[in-house]
Amino acid sequence: MGIDWFPLWLSLRVAAISTAIALAIGLWLAWILANRSFRGKEILDAAVTLPLVLPPTVLGYYLLVLLGRASPIGHLYEWLFGGPLVFTWQAAVVASLFHSTPLLVKSARAAFESVDRSYERAARNLGATELRLFWRVTLPLARRSILAAAALAFARSLGDFGVTLMIAGNIPGRTQTVSVAIYDAVEAGNGATARVLVLIISAIALAILTLANRLTSNPFGPRQTAL
Amino acid sequence: MIQARIRKQYAPGPDSAGFSLDLEFQAAAGVTVLFGSSGAGKTLTLDAIAGFVRPDEGRILLDDQILFDGAARVHLPPRSRHCGYVFQNYALFPHMTLRQNLEFAAERAPSLGRHRKVTEMLEKFHLTEVAGSRPYQLSGGQKQRCSIARALIGAPRVLLLDEPARGLDAPLRAELYSVLRQVRQEFGTPILLVTHDTEECFELADEMVVLREGRAVQNGTPRKVFEQPANVDVARLLGLYNVLPMEIRSLDPGRNTSRLRYQDFELTGPYFPGRLIGDQVWLYLRPDQLSVAPRNGRPAFNQIPATLLRTVEKPERLRLEFSGDIAVEMPPGAIQNIASVKEWVIEFPSAGLRVL
Repeated sequence: MGIDWFPLWLSLRVAAISTAIALAIGLWLAWILANRSFRGKEILDAAVTLPLVLPPTVLGYYLLVLLGRASPIGHLYEWLFGGPLVFTWQAAVVASLFHSTPLLVKSARAAFESVDRSYERAARNLGATELRLFWRVTLPLARRSILAAAALAFARSLGDFGVTLMIAGNIPGRTQTVSVAIYDAVEAGNGATARVLVLIISAIALAILTLANRLTSNPFGPRQTAL
Repeated sequence: MIQARIRKQYAPGPDSAGFSLDLEFQAAAGVTVLFGSSGAGKTLTLDAIAGFVRPDEGRILLDDQILFDGAARVHLPPRSRHCGYVFQNYALFPHMTLRQNLEFAAERAPSLGRHRKVTEMLEKFHLTEVAGSRPYQLSGGQKQRCSIARALIGAPRVLLLDEPARGLDAPLRAELYSVLRQVRQEFGTPILLVTHDTEECFELADEMVVLREGRAVQNGTPRKVFEQPANVDVARLLGLYNVLPMEIRSLDPGRNTSRLRYQDFELTGPYFPGRLIGDQVWLYLRPDQLSVAPRNGRPAFNQIPATLLRTVEKPERLRLEFSGDIAVEMPPGAIQNIASVKEWVIEFPSAGLRVL
């Protein structure tokens, strides 16, 4: 039975890269939301959460307009990397970023805010800069919740369908991720392939959720379940 | 030395009454205690000095450095203030060992002597054996010594302690007091300590500032404050016995006497300058200024009859509590068979009566 494993590997790669990028952006945004008070903070918070509630087609449409070959960002990307962004696997990374980042920001903000204020006060009092406070105190104390959030973000990226289809397309061997491949296989009546991929994805998701739940039974922070 | 003038207003909210802090005080070398009941603004004052809270107005000076100046819009961040802070829950970083906790605090010091400094502090505070342990593995006393060592390692110019004895049992309290005396002697760092415990004032304080509802109502040495509370509120705050309401019935400056009415009894006291006949005054008498005797016939001069309600035996003194909110203290064993007698007379000295 000739199953094409490329979509699975592509999905794992896309999810890993997008989780890493989402961690960098998400932790930074979450830190700002948890620690700074400024005008429009709640609007920023809402804007960050928006992708979680928008229909994938709406998000995909925005991204097509924003990143398409006619847009400034699309131009810049073409100038930098010598090819368009849309309908490449990198576009799939962008697509899943819009699902994983909001999740991370939400969880990381809660994790940062659940760190006892007196530790942060103590660190500042002992002469720590905000950067050192972040790396040496807040992040280590929140690390299990954040790892759990990252695991969830990874699982979420793995499952993106709509936005990926709209901006990365469905090019077998180039941009076809596993969820798109399953859709394809069902449409083509290729039940065996669909079943195998469905089972693998379910197993991975279950494993990740279990891991996330174990991580959040955190000795330093509050108890909470992953979802 | 700290010189602080702090004003901070909290508007009343849907579920809070609002609060205003408005006080001025100084804390020189030695131990200064901020004394007051909970909600008096003690911790808020410490937080304003440490920079966790920004006052609305005022000025906070530490030695010759301005930490805060409302008019000049100076508000140094906590990390630039050089105030050691010992938190009520110690706030030792739970993911670090004791040694790492101290190293974190020493990172500001030049790297050359850092390691030696940490080792030295661990030794001074008897923490060498547990240096590799995490805070949750330590006893309360060890955690406390570690948090004090951590606050001191950066050579702060003042050490702030927020209710350090709260929730400690008697041996740990005694240990804390001796550690703080050691800090005072060896480091010479001025200490500003917040408490609501009167005993702590006597144990530690060189100076005390009494706070009530966000205002500094009295300051001075503990002895002076307890001997001469500024007013009836302070006396109540200090938990003093024998703060008694009386009415002045007559005043005789020539013979330096006065007549006072307390409940249904008349007492003779000294002349009170500046008071008028008919004034309602609060008198304060230390419990050891009164003497008692079993009641035997009519009360004599300056005696009033009273019923014994209960006796409290302490190791060093005996306290008798009578009807009419009067308490008398004496050395244990001064009177025999106290419990068998119910009715007593209490003798007031005619010289030692003090008006608040």
